Amino acid sequence: MNKQVQIRIEKLFKIFGPTPAKVLPQVHEGKSKDQVLADTGHTVGLKDINLEIHRGEIFVIMGLSGSGKSTLIRHFNRIIDPTAGQIFCEDIDVMQLNTKQLREFRRQKMAMVFQHFGLLPHYTVIDNVAFGLKTQGVDKKTRLAKARQWLADVGLNGYEEQYPSQLSGGQQQRVGLARALCTDAEILLMDEAFSALDPLIRSEMQDQLIQLQEKLHKTIVFITHDLDEALRLGDRIAILRDGELIQVGAPKDILLNPADDYVEAFVRDVNRARALTVENVMKSPSNRITANTIGEALQQMKATPAVFAYLENADGYQGAVLKNTLEKIVRETDDADAPLCEKVIEDTVRVSPDALLEEVIPDTLDQDYPLPVVDEEGNLKGELSRSSLAQVLGTTTANET
Amino acid sequence: MSWLTDFPQLSRETLVAIRQSLDSAYRDFSREYGEVIEGFFDPLLAFLIWFEKLLIAAPWWLVIAIIVAITQIATRSWRLSAGVAVSLFLIGLFGMWEDTMSTLSIITVCTLLSIVLGVPIGILMARSDRAQAIITPILDVMQTMPAFVYLIPVVMLLGIGKIPGVIAVVVYAIPPVIRLTNLGIRLVDREVLEAATSYGVSPWQKLINVQLPLAMPNIMAGVNQTIMMALAMVVIASMIGVAGLGQPVLRSITNQYFTLGLFNGLAIVALAIIFDRVSQAYAKRSQRYMGGRSE
Repeated sequence: MNKQVQIRIEKLFKIFGPTPAKVLPQVHEGKSKDQVLADTGHTVGLKDINLEIHRGEIFVIMGLSGSGKSTLIRHFNRIIDPTAGQIFCEDIDVMQLNTKQLREFRRQKMAMVFQHFGLLPHYTVIDNVAFGLKTQGVDKKTRLAKARQWLADVGLNGYEEQYPSQLSGGQQQRVGLARALCTDAEILLMDEAFSALDPLIRSEMQDQLIQLQEKLHKTIVFITHDLDEALRLGDRIAILRDGELIQVGAPKDILLNPADDYVEAFVRDVNRARALTVENVMKSPSNRITANTIGEALQQMKATPAVFAYLENADGYQGAVLKNTLEKIVRETDDADAPLCEKVIEDTVRVSPDALLEEVIPDTLDQDYPLPVVDEEGNLKGELSRSSLAQVLGTTTANET
Repeated sequence: MSWLTDFPQLSRETLVAIRQSLDSAYRDFSREYGEVIEGFFDPLLAFLIWFEKLLIAAPWWLVIAIIVAITQIATRSWRLSAGVAVSLFLIGLFGMWEDTMSTLSIITVCTLLSIVLGVPIGILMARSDRAQAIITPILDVMQTMPAFVYLIPVVMLLGIGKIPGVIAVVVYAIPPVIRLTNLGIRLVDREVLEAATSYGVSPWQKLINVQLPLAMPNIMAGVNQTIMMALAMVVIASMIGVAGLGQPVLRSITNQYFTLGLFNGLAIVALAIIFDRVSQAYAKRSQRYMGGRSE
């Protein structure tokens, strides 16, 4: 993934109360949230937030209620103005925009999806989807055609003329998603977008978001209080507590190296088998050989004590070969130059680096040797052994007890 | 120590002086500017007279047909339309057609005026807490001050006639539409507003596309109340020379004509019910989207 920064937040503070600017120095001094509240009656909403969000990633901000995550996301498009700090979107200094520029910025750059959908109840579904374009001043025919297209993309064909109140929660949020996508904004702000939905619908929506994202490559800022959701969707996750950023990292960093007790407590209840992928726990393949004949293969395997090796050639991963089998053939036929044919190559099971651990556990148990991890292009990426799996999953058990 | 037993009130002379100076100041003001202000209201007066004449001059069956058609379009209820036709016919049958048309014209004008003035004031109040703090007590005064009291300066300024009547009715009837426009806009769902803001709406787009439509149930309730209050004011307005159903009622009070009073009173009630049902049904039908699932 390229690491072009799309949104940058620097030293962001938000204090709620009648005279936030006067309280700011005290917060700078490091007074705690409770102390500030007791002394001045002001609530510290966000404290010294520094963030970089990359183009094309799903960046999840997670925290419990009251942690300031919804306040934070509203700073991105300045629905809430910070007490201090800077917000950049690419090279735009968002804090410097005047009212009119800010309006234009919101129209073009960011689109938002809300927890309770925020649909206009007096607009039909299609008019809701076209709302962003209407605001931009796009003519009716163009915007309705585009809205129809997006509505079809989220699977709501035929609902155009319904009103939001006639739709189920999941359908309403699809409308909310279509409305956001219809503006072609590069950045999607999703504020607890799936939190109000049933678990089943929620996971459906998560799948849909992931599918859409594969096609669209938007920059998505996703707010949630649900760690499972964060781990499932996030390329990177930021954890927020009491308005402070505790940890930012890839899901596996959060799971495997929690920054403090708070994050650890969070992570403890997560089903790791469902949260981690093969890629997160695999090791680099210990024995890889490139050979055409049995003799060559045996030659290369001599270097290591291993009893098997992964065979690769120009076309990528071919399969595993066992030392015993090869030696037996050589002994029986006395033909070391015999080509490595399909008979000797074992290519029964391969796992994908993106597969969840949960999915590969049965395969791992069936096999005597580590499983080869092969990507979509057929390249060997690593190996997954029972022991490394047990190590990662075992930690959870240790923590739980 | 007399202030312990007697209220320390201003002396009679002072009070008289205050009254006299205020009265004469106002009288001077009305002599000076009365005509200018009257001139300002001339277009309204012309419209009022034209509309009243139109309603009276039009064939009675045409007027009934139009009112029934409006009822039918707004309510889609044949029963209500039939009821409207019958009650209008009965009003005519009992000899109250012309008075009813006069009342209808003045109520229509007063209602339109209240909406045209009241909705923007309500919007202003909803946008600014300061405006709300200033306007709310004024509305309280308008609703509680006895109508006769503010009739006096109006009559001093503009004399007796239709315009002072309209002003009196509007002053009395406009508060509900202002209050409920304000309330309706303030009650619009915060998340919907936030959504609109996040898509970069201008204040005008927000008002027209989001706030007003969503406040409409409350605004319509306010309009409905305004119409009812305007009708209630008809009798008082007739005291300053507004033609219509109020005048026979006034005559019956002074002469103790019970039946005459009852008939005209019932005609006012009939008008009120027609206005009420039609405006309510229209309001309900314009919010079909609300009840999508329960229908």
